[in-house]
Amino acid sequence: MDYTDKIAKSISTVKPSGIRRFFDIVNEMDHVISLSVGEPDFQTPWHVREAGIASLEKGKTWYTPNRGFKELCSEIVKFYKRKYNLTYDPLHECVVTVGGSEAIDIALRCLVTRGDEVLLPQPSFVCYEPLTIMAGATPVLIETKVEDNFRLTAAQIEEKITDRTKLLILPYPNNPTGAILEKEELEAIAEVVKKHDLMVLSDEIYSELTYGGKQHVSVASLDGMQERTVVINGFSKSYAMTGWRLGYALGPEPIIAMMVKLHQFCIMSAPTTAQYAAIEALRNGDSDIEAMRNEYDMRRRFVVGSLNDMGLTCFNPEGAFYCFPCIKSTGLSSEEFCTRLLQSKHVALVPGSAFGDCGEGYARLSYSYSIKHLTRAMELIREFLKELKDESNR
Amino acid sequence: MDKLLQLLSENSSLSTEQLALMLGEPEDYIAAQIKEYENSGVIRGYRAVVNWDEVPDSGVMAMIELKVAPQLQKGFDDIAERILAYDQVESVYLMAGAYDLLLTVKGKTIQDVSAFVAKHLAAMEGILATATHFMLKRYKENGVSLVDTKKDGREMVI
Repeated sequence: MDYTDKIAKSISTVKPSGIRRFFDIVNEMDHVISLSVGEPDFQTPWHVREAGIASLEKGKTWYTPNRGFKELCSEIVKFYKRKYNLTYDPLHECVVTVGGSEAIDIALRCLVTRGDEVLLPQPSFVCYEPLTIMAGATPVLIETKVEDNFRLTAAQIEEKITDRTKLLILPYPNNPTGAILEKEELEAIAEVVKKHDLMVLSDEIYSELTYGGKQHVSVASLDGMQERTVVINGFSKSYAMTGWRLGYALGPEPIIAMMVKLHQFCIMSAPTTAQYAAIEALRNGDSDIEAMRNEYDMRRRFVVGSLNDMGLTCFNPEGAFYCFPCIKSTGLSSEEFCTRLLQSKHVALVPGSAFGDCGEGYARLSYSYSIKHLTRAMELIREFLKELKDESNR
Repeated sequence: MDKLLQLLSENSSLSTEQLALMLGEPEDYIAAQIKEYENSGVIRGYRAVVNWDEVPDSGVMAMIELKVAPQLQKGFDDIAERILAYDQVESVYLMAGAYDLLLTVKGKTIQDVSAFVAKHLAAMEGILATATHFMLKRYKENGVSLVDTKKDGREMVI
């Protein structure tokens, strides 16, 4: 049967993820030294797993309230107060979702519709553009540049604003570049947002993973911004809980109310076991985050130092667990570079172009791997670069 | 805890260059630190963590508890030093609890270890009692799990 007319054009016309396409090639191969996955290599801390197990043993296997357990919402709100100095009402300004991804989806669907424009900095994670399109709105891309440390500037936003602009997506700390935004930049951005009466979707999923003494600043904590911001965060990256599928959104009551309405129709409630585990994570997990952050930081310095040393200029990432080396010196496109590195050395990076056209000339390297694994991968990348050089000298 | 020592205790094959990058310190500083630890005796050696269960004919291992009569003034030190001189003895610890010294002893065969206990340890002056436990299987050695498969359980998802 030909399904072309049966499937909605709205989804069939959405471009598949560039990462997915590359992973399909990787999956065909054996013995790949991957530096390509976007999740922690750590397992969820044992006390957190234990809390999940205990809830199952007690038979707590029912739905939770639509917006999530009160107890969990209250711990989330305390976490945001403790870490980012923001005050939210746990009963009305918080919703627990199936990962940060669901929160992004329902926030977009509750904030924008046909005719609206959404400002989206790139390179950035692959979901914002298709989800904006599925919400009916038009993504307006803003290219962040290595000379600005991949930071979005207020001037770049101002340039793209039209009378249809409704929402700005702020994906920082950023996947894939590792860039962060600091208070001064956020303040300038906040001024533009307020001047043009925009809303902000701040995806802070990597907020706990910042390095070199830099602390994450939530845009919502700036003067007059809490009422204009939907903050999205979750447990996947900070507590190594990707598979539990648990995230949340914090924002103004009228918006969260709409998000809860949508969430209850499409999801009902986020996973129950995961919610019990998350309560334990928020209560007793600060030192787990600290230990994992220190480990990532060490790997970050090692990888960035090694890449620069072998001639792949690498912007110094200050957040998340990725670095984004420039591969232009090889004369290859991102896709060629990654494909040839994979074929010749079985090392898998993700082509920068998967994160937007402006990611061309870069590759994403995840350092969420053991030092031993990273050391081996660095040796192989070094060999590969040497082979490329010998080849061009021939 | 000292980060350098922590890293080396987990993996002593890291080069000074790698350690310098990881810790964000100059390489010569790291090299000097290591020298100092070696000279002062904080670092006593570098060894591989071997899973002997996977090595054919690698012999047997026993944990031996010893009850010891402490000596005036010297406590357990003299007898511990006499015991550690034997090549068969891998480690010697003074313990709190039901017995005094805990040894790990290796030998080619069970008979080998038994003979060592009977002829040397039990016969030693000041040793009141011994209890020998033969090791059947290693699950974790020096902080390294020996049962984990190397496979990365993560899937390639976007």
